[in-house]
Amino acid sequence: MERIAIVGVGQTKYERMKRGDSFADMVFEATSKALEDARMTIKEIDNVVTVSNDFWDGRTISSMAVMDACGAYEKNVSTVEGDGTFGTLYGMMRILSGSFGTTLVVAHSKGSESVSSLITNGMFDPIYQRALGLDAITSSALQARRYMHKYGITEEQCAKVSVKNHGNAKNNPYAQLAINISAKDVMASRMLSDPIKLFDASPISDGSCAIILASEDRSKKIAQKPVWIKGVGHCAEAYFLGDRDLAECPSLEAAAKKAYGMAGICNPLKEIDVAEIYDAFSYMELLWSEGLGFCGKGEGGKLIDSRKTQMKGELPINPSGGVLSAHAVLVAGLARVAECVLQLRGDAGARQVEGAKTAVAHGINGPCGQSHCVIVLGK
Amino acid sequence: MGKWTQKVEELVHHGRIKVPYTWSVGEVASRFFIELRDHKKIFGTRCPACKKVIVPARKLCGQCFRQIDDWVEVGDQGTVQTLTIVRYPSDAQPLKPPFGYGIIKLDGADTAMTHLLLGSDPATWRVGMRARAVFKEKREGNILDIAYFQPIPP
Repeated sequence: MERIAIVGVGQTKYERMKRGDSFADMVFEATSKALEDARMTIKEIDNVVTVSNDFWDGRTISSMAVMDACGAYEKNVSTVEGDGTFGTLYGMMRILSGSFGTTLVVAHSKGSESVSSLITNGMFDPIYQRALGLDAITSSALQARRYMHKYGITEEQCAKVSVKNHGNAKNNPYAQLAINISAKDVMASRMLSDPIKLFDASPISDGSCAIILASEDRSKKIAQKPVWIKGVGHCAEAYFLGDRDLAECPSLEAAAKKAYGMAGICNPLKEIDVAEIYDAFSYMELLWSEGLGFCGKGEGGKLIDSRKTQMKGELPINPSGGVLSAHAVLVAGLARVAECVLQLRGDAGARQVEGAKTAVAHGINGPCGQSHCVIVLGK
Repeated sequence: MGKWTQKVEELVHHGRIKVPYTWSVGEVASRFFIELRDHKKIFGTRCPACKKVIVPARKLCGQCFRQIDDWVEVGDQGTVQTLTIVRYPSDAQPLKPPFGYGIIKLDGADTAMTHLLLGSDPATWRVGMRARAVFKEKREGNILDIAYFQPIPP
């Protein structure tokens, strides 16, 4: 594969009720920051991939409303309605097609402007499932319980993820929930849908993130040091929850295998220095760690107990605080990519993992991680 | 960027999107719902390739990418593979919390069905318990013709 670089990243701060900014204001801020980071002008952007969702925005063709804000006039624009990691994948493919030398990928979302349970209920089909009233929290609770039951993962182990990530968030100026909490606090927090409690769940967030991709040729003309996409894998599984064993994530295993194969990674725990993964709920970090091969099946609980995924551990997971600390839907996967880029450049400030050379960014789409995208990044 | 809100009053506009839809149910789900409505029977379809009985009935097996024409009646009881007890209200929910959701593998089925759990003390609910479909008195041909699944005491 021709080498593709990420040459610029920009994020807004993630906040609940970002009332001061419209969708376009957020997109303009993230895009401007990414251009500034890359030391590029909008004229050097060959094409744009926007990432947005019409239900969350409350308007159809939500991407078209932000064309001014992402500098897309007279450019080729296309849209991903799904997680930002898939936007990254698409942006990369557009360069690989030979048609473009650079791609701006920009995602935006405001969870606080509508009603999350009503929006996420809309991901279920209106024939067999939607009338049951399922949403992101209750469907994930079904997955959490299944996973914990099958493998003996405890609520305390899930709580440890929440403690770690909210603590890490204190080092991330973009994070929304940077808080000192104990596992006891997590366990005592309000039950939403058991076993998921308030501190096991990601917050409702508003925000935007942008990255700039470039071909190897074009990256030579860009001042910012490039971070390279070493491998990408993506895969989906069954839509209906009851068709799957929710304690397993075969689509993530397949996506990781593909990405690691491209990147030449044989032992993920040893060879990856930092991972940013989609922990919309605390149990997800454990389950996705298994799918990503950081530990064996059913060993996600032991992995968090081992402290290997702490900042000073063998493989720090979510130094940014992860999705648990800021969850602008769709934006969150792109933020994982941006955070990995900062880590590999040594620009991650107080959340820097010393000497990080290889990073993994991970995003999900669909109920209970129906599809996954895994991106291996390197210097 | 910054603190413009200190100088300018910050306005928000309220809105509501309300659009009626008429979703075509299709032949397979129509038959499934007619069996529920008229006979209080739950049907799945058996894939000709993997032989799995998929519930609720589906036109094709996603795993094998094969069309299915073989209809199989499954039990109105099954085993709960996972469950949750919902503690917060949402306008999307058909019941007032606390109530449960379960993924239930009905007897004779190879895939499981997601539905509501109600009708006994949630404190006694466990993964692996049995549950039975409770049908609505007045049925209309939709998924809520099964009012809920009631856990059966062991």
